Amino acid sequence: MIRNITNLIATIVLAYLLSMVLPWWSIMLAAFITSVLIPLKKGLVFFIPFFAIQIYWGAYCYSLSSANDFTLAAKISELLTLGGNPYKLIIATAIIGGIAAGISGVFGKQLSTLFRSE
Amino acid sequence: MKYFKFLLSLVATIGIFYALNTKLGSIPPLGKFLNPTSGIWQNETDESITGELQIPGLKDKVTVHYDAQLIPHVFAKNDHDLYKAQGYLTAKHRLWQIEFQTYAAAGRLSEIVGPSAINYDRGERRRGMGYGADQSVAYMEKFDKETLQFVQDYADGVNAYIDQLTPEQYPVEYKLLDYGPEKWTAKKTALLLMYMTKMLAGYDDDLEYTNVLRQIGKENFDLLFPDFYDITDPVIPKETDWSFIDVPQTEAPENYPVLDTIRKTIDKPNPDNGSNNWAVSGAKSTTGNPILANDPHLGLNLPSIWFVMQLSTPDYNAFGATIPGALGVISGFNQYISWGETNATRDVIDWYKIKFNEDRTKYLHDGQWKDVSVRVEEIKVKGQESYIDSVLYTHHGPVVYDKNFRSTNERAGYAMRWIGHDGGNNQRTFIELNRAKNYDDYVNALQYWNAPAQNFVFASTEGDIALWIQGKFANKWEGQGKFLMDGTDSKTDWQSFIPQKFNAHTKNPKRGFVSSANQHPVDEQYPYYVFNDGYETYRNRVINDFFNSKKQFSVDDFKDLHNNNFNLKASELVPHMLATMDTSTLTEEEKVVLEEMKAWKFNNDLEEVGPSIWRQWWGKLRQLLWDEFINDDMAMAWPYTYQTIHLLKNNGDHAFMDILETTDKKETAKDLFLLSFQKAAKRLIEIKAEKGDYKWVNYKGTYAKHLLQGLPAFSRYNIPIGGDRNIVNATSENHGPSWRMIVEMSSPPTAIGIYPGGQSGNPGSKYYDNFIDDWAAGKYHSLNFLQSDQANDKIIGTQTLTPASND
Repeated sequence: MIRNITNLIATIVLAYLLSMVLPWWSIMLAAFITSVLIPLKKGLVFFIPFFAIQIYWGAYCYSLSSANDFTLAAKISELLTLGGNPYKLIIATAIIGGIAAGISGVFGKQLSTLFRSE
Repeated sequence: MKYFKFLLSLVATIGIFYALNTKLGSIPPLGKFLNPTSGIWQNETDESITGELQIPGLKDKVTVHYDAQLIPHVFAKNDHDLYKAQGYLTAKHRLWQIEFQTYAAAGRLSEIVGPSAINYDRGERRRGMGYGADQSVAYMEKFDKETLQFVQDYADGVNAYIDQLTPEQYPVEYKLLDYGPEKWTAKKTALLLMYMTKMLAGYDDDLEYTNVLRQIGKENFDLLFPDFYDITDPVIPKETDWSFIDVPQTEAPENYPVLDTIRKTIDKPNPDNGSNNWAVSGAKSTTGNPILANDPHLGLNLPSIWFVMQLSTPDYNAFGATIPGALGVISGFNQYISWGETNATRDVIDWYKIKFNEDRTKYLHDGQWKDVSVRVEEIKVKGQESYIDSVLYTHHGPVVYDKNFRSTNERAGYAMRWIGHDGGNNQRTFIELNRAKNYDDYVNALQYWNAPAQNFVFASTEGDIALWIQGKFANKWEGQGKFLMDGTDSKTDWQSFIPQKFNAHTKNPKRGFVSSANQHPVDEQYPYYVFNDGYETYRNRVINDFFNSKKQFSVDDFKDLHNNNFNLKASELVPHMLATMDTSTLTEEEKVVLEEMKAWKFNNDLEEVGPSIWRQWWGKLRQLLWDEFINDDMAMAWPYTYQTIHLLKNNGDHAFMDILETTDKKETAKDLFLLSFQKAAKRLIEIKAEKGDYKWVNYKGTYAKHLLQGLPAFSRYNIPIGGDRNIVNATSENHGPSWRMIVEMSSPPTAIGIYPGGQSGNPGSKYYDNFIDDWAAGKYHSLNFLQSDQANDKIIGTQTLTPASND
């Protein structure tokens, strides 16, 4: 359990730090690194980075958007055919980031499995 | 197994990375686009209007005060800093727009949006937009290094902004289309001015007229497309004395139009592009100060075509609407004068048929084979190889149509002679107007103006009012350039230009006011040949009647006139139709519509149904009447509206009234009125069933659309405003008064203004479209004309631009 929480927090912190110098895929790199350094088990290999980035991106988007009355989020939500609802856009953003991070986490796990058993 | 799992996860990782990092069709790269650190969430912000900004190249400190409308009031210590600041601030609020408009001007949209824009780009290249911009930069390099330096200062300002941007700060449209800004250059300002020239003076129907003339003959052509109507209320008053003009009109050589069939012509600017302006003298003003107004009618776009600024140095203090990408105030005022523009309707584009030699390296002119020059246009296309289009140039200009473009003739082509290609120093006019102090300075500023020809209205605190029709006009022989001309004969060339001092103008006319609304520039007494493709004949009469209706006028009268919804056009035909039409066969439902029409007082107000019925009726009537002009095989122009109504009222038995489809019957105007009314009523009843009603506000549904293919999410729909084309409040669906300004020439002048948009180009800003509701309601914002760099209580934020120590 502690390992899961450690990975979750580490992924968020690392993603945040890497995003200051790297493009959007810094979250994928963060999930990959924590997956190698703090190995997880079974489905959690995907879901811990998935939730970590969901929390990070979702909260970040919400704080930026709410400070500006969700003006742009509502328009982009309409643009991406999400009906003009800014919350749907926040959720969509969080899920997209989560999936990208989750898959990288799985990749990190598979890579370390490959090397560990040799 | 573990290798398989590894490979699978590797493929999935690469796959998701690719999917989220790549623009797929119209879907932006979602990872880049949506991530909160550098995606669109970073654009979810208001503008910063305080603090200190370091700008390389500034000589001195520049103070920028912002008021509640986000209008920057710029106080610089010298001209160079002023234009640098203008470039910087324009980029800060409108970067994507200024770039996009110059891409559009240059025919470079394929670079941003891909192959769907190739046809558009080819049209712009063949129109010679880049060629014209090159010519004007070359002109400035040769004759006016000072103006070129100011244009470069502006470019430096724009680039100072671009240089300090990080990708996460790019405007949202860049993120959507997945590209970034490039450096601004002097040529881009020249391109922007070409874009204006095209928009305002890029319309012509010469080739269409050629088809029409061949189809219907000269007598009918002259009936439907006359040089003058039976009524003329020209820009320059009729009683003007022209005896000072001592250079005669060019004598007509023996010549015949070339009656080719032209299938399809290049895209043209919206024919509704036009404007109103007027000014009353002190004697005709309730306060004793002259009052001036301007409202240019353009496409309603977001971000708006205008950006309002106050631009001042210790030498002058100008305020008004700027055009992002160009220097200075375009329609505005300073401490001494005010000015505004409307489009001067003159034919400044002519067409010549070119005869080539076998390999198209030479063309025939006066019996000699002259060299063709080639401009290779490389159209870069996003995601594809470049498209190369070689455009041939003669001394006339670009051969727009040839075997490679909308024509099949191997050895011939049509060359365009356009004043817009002549290069020139149009930017100088605005720089000079901004610092002008009186009538003489204004006239001096105008001499640099070649194109687009404009009616420049003027008023001063000294009490003068004036209006000059300024442009560089060919001194044409009677009828020159109305149709396609023979390009092998130098006698058809433009022989000379009308000397600038003989351009039509009026200063302090007896009637006490000046006005223009895209109508005839002059009457038949003006000693030069003037002709244009369709003069406005309605707004001008409403405006002039209004100013003839009483002795004195106030700012409130000006506001009323801007918002005047009287439909003179309908009022000149509807009573005649109602009186002559046989209504005995109408159904009960149709009679309801008829009664509604009868009750209409010809005002295009929001809640009326009359304007909708009129629109439908007139539209159907024109279709029936001008069925001779519906032709898929060639480009045709339809007869002028004024002349159409004249014919319907005075010549209802003319052969044109007959509907070609019904061979057994000969229709007259009376029959057309009924048939078109029934068709209109049918459609209106359908609309009522679909949408509940056909009130004008809903029928028209005015909207302001985003510049990028009208993205609905960034556009505004169902704006409640009355009016229509040919009405002083010229607001149709997506077109209308793009900037309304009224200036009273007190000392200092007091002014109000508004436009249908907002100062910010960021769709995420509350300043993006915050003027629209007030604009629609006919309201104005008072323009806070600061007399010194000290902020007053209307200022909500101050920013200081300071020289960056870059060494």
